[in-house]
Amino acid sequence: MKSRTLKRHFAEAFKSLGRNGWMSFASVSAVTVTLLLVGVFLVVLLNLNHLASQIEGDVEIRAYIDRTTKQSEYNDLQQKMEQIPNVNEVKFQSKEDGLQELIKSLGDEGKAFSSLKNENPLPDAFIIKAKKPQDTSTVASEIEKYDHIKKVDYGQGTVERLFKVTGVARNVGLVLIVGLIFTAMFLISNTIKLTILSRRKEIEIMKLVGATNGFIRWPYFIEGFTLGLMGSIIPILVVIFGYEFLHGQVNNQLDTVFVKLLPVYPMVLQLSIMLAVIGGLIGVWGSMTSVRKFLKV
Amino acid sequence: MIEMKDVWKTYPNGVMALNGIDIYIDKGEFVYVVGPSGAGKSTFVKCMYREEKPTKGSILIQGTDLAKLRERHIPKMRRKIGVIFQDFKLLPKLTVYENVAFALEVIEESPKVIRQRVMEVLDLVGLKNKARSFPDELSGGEQQRVSIARSIVNHPPVIIADEPTGNLDPETAWEIMDIFKEINERGTTVVMATHNKDIVNSFKKRVIAIEGGRIVRDEQKGEYGYEI
Repeated sequence: MKSRTLKRHFAEAFKSLGRNGWMSFASVSAVTVTLLLVGVFLVVLLNLNHLASQIEGDVEIRAYIDRTTKQSEYNDLQQKMEQIPNVNEVKFQSKEDGLQELIKSLGDEGKAFSSLKNENPLPDAFIIKAKKPQDTSTVASEIEKYDHIKKVDYGQGTVERLFKVTGVARNVGLVLIVGLIFTAMFLISNTIKLTILSRRKEIEIMKLVGATNGFIRWPYFIEGFTLGLMGSIIPILVVIFGYEFLHGQVNNQLDTVFVKLLPVYPMVLQLSIMLAVIGGLIGVWGSMTSVRKFLKV
Repeated sequence: MIEMKDVWKTYPNGVMALNGIDIYIDKGEFVYVVGPSGAGKSTFVKCMYREEKPTKGSILIQGTDLAKLRERHIPKMRRKIGVIFQDFKLLPKLTVYENVAFALEVIEESPKVIRQRVMEVLDLVGLKNKARSFPDELSGGEQQRVSIARSIVNHPPVIIADEPTGNLDPETAWEIMDIFKEINERGTTVVMATHNKDIVNSFKKRVIAIEGGRIVRDEQKGEYGYEI
């Protein structure tokens, strides 16, 4: 394509954006509203996912060992555990370390147990982490079958419920996002269709004087892309500043329950790019599907 | 130049618009297409610039078969054919000059060539002094002259006009005919579907009459042959 022609396409696109001022405004608003929803949802979902992963990441299996077990059998046990396919890491925790940790985790009340140091009632233990937190219970039931294992503890019951909740939350979120984007595509392409409808005569004449479909499409392509991009500006600003504010307010309070929100950067930048891309694509898609109908003259 | 061989057209709704048309139009001819409303005149004309695709048969224009033409080759073909309509089909937001230049812009002519050719054809149709006016500032006859200028600006060998005088008063219609005469004398083939009895009977040329989707009459220097 000649550069003169490309320049013409850009000029045409922007001319018609201005000429159809109200229609352009309507399309941009439609994009803005939907992308705003998409953006807010994404922020919430990504954070929920992040929180869920943190909690899930804390899930580990404690396998307590019989006191009668000989030292040489410890190594065999550890090797056997490490060979289970879904196991990521096996750590040994001696009964002394176990007690220390218990005392520490109980804080002031823990000091009462200090006297137990000479006569430690705790057994030695292996701490096992599954590759995927969801595999924890399978791994645990495998380990339970081994000799010399007295008891396996991973928060049975609670963990299964946790995974069920996080799994459902993720799926619901995904469905919502996809639904929102589809609604956006529908809404926007309909608005853009109206602006193009008013120009079907122009397209008809272009075709009659021998313009190629590509030539006719270009300005609409640019126009759609611009509309979508303009519609993503406000959502992007809201996501960046809104999240920065929210993060400042909430993150410190969450610290008390040992979880954190996603850091502001680079997440908001990634989200911004994503919103801009979605906006542009929806705009292009909307105008292209609308033009296609009128190209069949 | 233009040759139709056994052309049939049936619309999806079952209307049989053309039922076996055979015709040959030579280069430089001036042809009227007449016939009652709904007889297939419009379809006949539309097939010539491939707005309608025939169901059967072949339409050769300068050796290209429109019936077999691929979708993406249509634009190239249309550049060889100027089309004029009863309702002018001008773009209201463009000036006279821009409307005519439009036909050259879409085929990516250089600005220099565009300016020169547009002024040339505006001169030919006598609208050089109205180049900056908008269509709604012009009379019907003037608007039709703009659309003629647009159709001939890239020098097509064929001009197809679908009732170009249908919306004009008799006097203006004659002014338009003078332009068609002029274009034809320069060697352009003109095919004109019309209801204008006066013009057909006074400015005598070849007349093709279509009824019920068939050619019922084909005479050199013919008459309109219908009342009203």
